[in-house]
Amino acid sequence: MMKEEAVRRLTDTIAKFVAYTGKRLPDDVRKKLDELGAQEDTPLAKIIYEAMFKNQELAVALNRPSCQDTGAIQFFLRCGASFPYIGELPSILREAVIQATQEAPLRHNSVETFDEYNTGKNIGKGVPSIFWDIVPENDELEIHTYMAGGGCSLPGKAMVLMPGEGYEGVTRFVMDVMTSYGLNACPPLLVGVGIGTSVETAALLSKQALMRPIGSHNPNERAASMEKLLEDGINKIGLGPQGLTGKNSVLGVHIENAARHPSVIGVAVNVGCWSHRRGHIIFDKELQYKIDSHTEVEF
Amino acid sequence: MTKKILTTPITAEDLADIHAGDIIYLNGYITTCRDVAHRRLIEEGRELPVDIKGGAIMHAGPIIRALGEDQYEMVSVGPTTSMRMEKFEKEFIKETGVKLIVGKGGMGAGTMEGCRDYKAIHTVFPAGCAVVAATCVEKIESANWKDLGMPETLWTCKVKEFGPLIVSIDTHGRNLFEENKVIFNEKKEAAIAEICKHVSFIK
Repeated sequence: MMKEEAVRRLTDTIAKFVAYTGKRLPDDVRKKLDELGAQEDTPLAKIIYEAMFKNQELAVALNRPSCQDTGAIQFFLRCGASFPYIGELPSILREAVIQATQEAPLRHNSVETFDEYNTGKNIGKGVPSIFWDIVPENDELEIHTYMAGGGCSLPGKAMVLMPGEGYEGVTRFVMDVMTSYGLNACPPLLVGVGIGTSVETAALLSKQALMRPIGSHNPNERAASMEKLLEDGINKIGLGPQGLTGKNSVLGVHIENAARHPSVIGVAVNVGCWSHRRGHIIFDKELQYKIDSHTEVEF
Repeated sequence: MTKKILTTPITAEDLADIHAGDIIYLNGYITTCRDVAHRRLIEEGRELPVDIKGGAIMHAGPIIRALGEDQYEMVSVGPTTSMRMEKFEKEFIKETGVKLIVGKGGMGAGTMEGCRDYKAIHTVFPAGCAVVAATCVEKIESANWKDLGMPETLWTCKVKEFGPLIVSIDTHGRNLFEENKVIFNEKKEAAIAEICKHVSFIK
């Protein structure tokens, strides 16, 4: 395959996949919503879940983005150092976003800061966001795509705690976000918590936590136990669908962690809304691809 | 239970027996109106290009498909976070005479006062259900302030049984989200106390 042809094919596949993720939720999210919806017994919570399920059916039937806020597009890459198109990726991803914007169509969600105008193409300075993880001696490309909507980005918060505040302080930090901004961010939420040495390491970990499949656990036993404690605790607040009360509040709580300086605990929270539009696609060096976030993909 | 349907133009009397927590629907016209439109009216003192007296607005930025010759199709439309408009909304209600505000999440004390004093209600359309909402739109009647770009343009839509709309602020001074927040905060404190028994990892 000529390089030009390969670049075109990779661009086209990513564009179609991004557009697709705006129309159908990943399998794990759909399964969890079914489970949570079935537990509700008040007329208000039931009518909201009914609207949510009807909406997802209509989105597929009418081939439209299920939520009007198709987000700022973010890509989390795990790219093999010998993936043949590594050098072309930044331009491929930008082109794919422009193509998806026209084809899906996606809402225009990229406003240049200071100049304050909407580019109308979903690209701008640093948008789409691209986060790199280079894997040595590997020739595959793994991409998590994410539509970072305004509503679910708004609760995002990071700060550095003193060690004296401990994991008890981390707990309060997370819980306070739930009842302030989290409430309006379209619960049931997927809650991502990052713990590290400074605000930017914690913040990135908190977003990476949202790329994990629902039901997965942090490999560290204590971190996993804290995921469960927070999940149960936030559910007990009873935010319910749309924050209008109900049996549960969250799709799950995921913690990602890194080591810290002895003097600090960096902590951050990011949330995904119920319409958690994440995708996961893996390309080999021949550009054969595998999608494991969604079954029955058609494009 | 019969569906409670409001029809524009809406009067204060129409809203008198509607209470926080009720579920209603809308027939008639609704105009999308969000951040910059609120700023222009309140801070810049510019007149809104659409008359919404007795009408409805939606805090929303839709996806629109242009059909040519100033015709448009509503592809996806859902509410955006209403709280962003809180600092303008009381004065907005007073200035425009709007009767129904549709958005996402709760609003604050200013909007509650505006709704109580000038007789309007704030309701929540289930957010993320943008295709359900779009299929309630029969026609886009007009587009104003298009210089603001697709999300912020004032799109005036003819709608049929637009909903479900959950009443969060009524004309009687009740604010459902604020009432719920008190309960949420109490439950949160209990949950924090419980979690903290198990996370003393620094010893």
